Formats: sequence, structure tokens, C-alpha cells
Amino acid sequence: MDYLMGVKGPDFVMICSDSAASHSIISIKKDEDKLIPIDSNKLFGVAGEAGDRVNFSEYIIANVKLYALRNNTELSTKAVANFTRGELAKALRKAPYHCHLLLGGYDKSTGPSLYWMDYLGTLTKLNTGGTGYGSMFVLSLFDKLWHPNLTEAEGLDMMKQGIAEVKRRLVTAPSNYIIKIIDANGIRIVKNWDQDV
Amino acid sequence: MSIFEYNGAAIVAMAGKNCVAIGSDLRFGVQLQTITTDCPKVFQMNDKLFLGLSGLGTDAQTLHEKLVFRHNLYKLREERSMKPTTFAHLVSSVLYERRFGPYFAGPVIAGLEDNGTPYLCGMDSIGAMETAKDFMVQGTSPESLYGMCESMWREDMEPEELFETLAQCLLSGVDRDALAGWGSVVHVITPDKVITRTIKGRMD
Repeated sequence: MDYLMGVKGPDFVMICSDSAASHSIISIKKDEDKLIPIDSNKLFGVAGEAGDRVNFSEYIIANVKLYALRNNTELSTKAVANFTRGELAKALRKAPYHCHLLLGGYDKSTGPSLYWMDYLGTLTKLNTGGTGYGSMFVLSLFDKLWHPNLTEAEGLDMMKQGIAEVKRRLVTAPSNYIIKIIDANGIRIVKNWDQDV
Repeated sequence: MSIFEYNGAAIVAMAGKNCVAIGSDLRFGVQLQTITTDCPKVFQMNDKLFLGLSGLGTDAQTLHEKLVFRHNLYKLREERSMKPTTFAHLVSSVLYERRFGPYFAGPVIAGLEDNGTPYLCGMDSIGAMETAKDFMVQGTSPESLYGMCESMWREDMEPEELFETLAQCLLSGVDRDALAGWGSVVHVITPDKVITRTIKGRMD
């Protein structure tokens, strides 16, 4: 099952996901990037059913881009979060998207923010959060380690500890992960298990 | 598990002497896992009207957005805020529109009429309204909350006493509920101001 964890610091947001794509017992690929950039300073971490994951994130990204083109202004992270929630809620009683999302973004005016959404369209803003079986082992660990003045190095260490815990305790733990960070300079890959960046 | 118990909530509203108070717990969770502990379920609609929404998180959020929209439109057209009775009937109407595919939410409306009289109203997920002169509860353990309120409520409480009573009812009421708790927020509405207090309760 997909593993998705996010951590917010005073000037960055760090999101980690596993990079396994499988179909029942078959492993299709081990370098699937589930952390999809929306624009230069926002990122979707999407977990869930494969088709819905790609379809829904592409739909949202296209609409965000369209808004920016039409109105000549970028949407804030909060606006994208609420728009996404609205789309999930609208689709819920028609053809629900089976995906959980973490939305991380850095706005020049308000700083970093991390939003959690489930497939029903429930939206909440948080400091640390995640989805999947792996997250059950890691959420309370993050509660203990997080503090308001988290540095990037501490955030990365938290992520590594989380991944180590998942590999230790989850029966079908994924082998490869990818960690990205969003800060004032945009989005960059911090660590990619597959390529060992 | 019932769909109303997927996220978990506890909301209590009480009437006092020319004042009304409403409070909720702060837990946001998915079934038995707690995600955050800073998610209030009571929203301010105008300076004398509060709406509490229990039930499924996504439907409570959607309903809140719809009702803010309707209230804003009303303010633009009528050039005044909605009275509590009017708002309650609006909520009931919005819910009944979805009679055969309802929003899984349980609203509680608490407000002050123009002359300062308290107004309390609660309804089920399809808009069946009941007003009360003492208290209204909603959430995942209404029995606990009813028990506390029934024994502690008295008529004509002043704002400070009303706050204490409501806070104690809420804090003790959620102790027997695994899906609600983790602190609470209480708003006391008087004719001239609204006082909001966040209470630290048992964090379990």
C-alpha cells in the first residue's frame, strides 16, 4: 500500500512517498514518482488507486494552470487545497476518486503550509501527517520528533527514521522512497533511494 | 461503523440569561486514528449566530461552505444579517433538498434574537428541527452529553457560569467517547460580545 508522509517546518515543507507501483503480487516499477508538482512552489503527494491517482492529479494541475493563464495570477496553496477538496466532494456522490492526498506548498506571503485530504474530500491543515499502513507506525514518532523550529536537516532525519521504521515493521514494506522539499527556492529532490541522489 | 461515526465529534449548546454558549471538541480523526487535535466543529455565521456541525467531516465542510455562501448572498440582498430562526430554517431546507441522498451531518444552531433572547436549535441529517430552551447536543456520544447537561443545567445562568457549566459538560461527556475529545473550544455569545476560550482537556 502507498506510504505518504509530510512534515512542515518554519520555512519548508518536506514530503516523502514510496516509489513502488504494483499490481496485486507483481511489482511493475520501483521508481514511480508519486510527488507531482502542481506549479513551481506546490506539490501533490498522491496515494491510492493507480488510475485515479494519475487522472485526478493531472485534472487538478490542468485546472490550476488554466486559472493562472486566464487570470494572470498564481493560486495560493490554500486556494488549491480548497479547490481540490471541492472537486473530491463533488465527485464523491457520483464517481469517487480513490486517492488520499498531501498538498505541500510555499507561498511568499504566508510561508509554508501542508494540507491533508482523504478520498471523501475532508480537508485539514497540519504540521505532520500521512496516509497508508506505513504511516500508522510513523505518525506518533513524528509527533514526538516535531517541534516548531524544525530545520531541514532535522526534517530529513525524521523522514529517514520513519522509513526505517516502516521497513522494520511493515510486512510488505516498499524498498524505494523519494523525498522532496518545497521552500522559498521551489521544489527539489532531497533523496531518491533508487538513484541515490 | 456508522457513517456518522467515521470522523467523530461532540457539540453542546446551552442557553443562559440573555446569553447562549456553544462548544465542540477539537479532535479530527479517521475511525480510530487521530489525525489532528485542532479541528473545531463550531463556526461563526454572524456576530450573534453560531453553527455547529457534527457527523462526516467532508459533508460538514461542504455544508458549512454552502451555508456561508447562502448567508453572504442574503446579506448582499437584504443588507442585514440573518436572524437565528431564519438561518435554522435555511439549514433545514438545505438538508431536506437532499432527502434521498443526505449530507451526513448533525447541525446545532445557537444564537441570540434581536431582543437578546437565546435561540437553540438542533436537527437530524434530513432537517427535522427541534428548538429547546435549555440545551442541544450532537455528536458520537449524545447519551453522555445529555446526561451531563440534564444534571448540570439550570435556568438563567450568567455568561461566566454558563461557560463553566458547558465546559464541564463537554469535557466529562467526551471522556467516554473514543472518537471525540482532545481538547475543546467554547464560544459564549452575549448581546455585546463573543468570548472564545480553548480548553485543554484529557488528550486521549
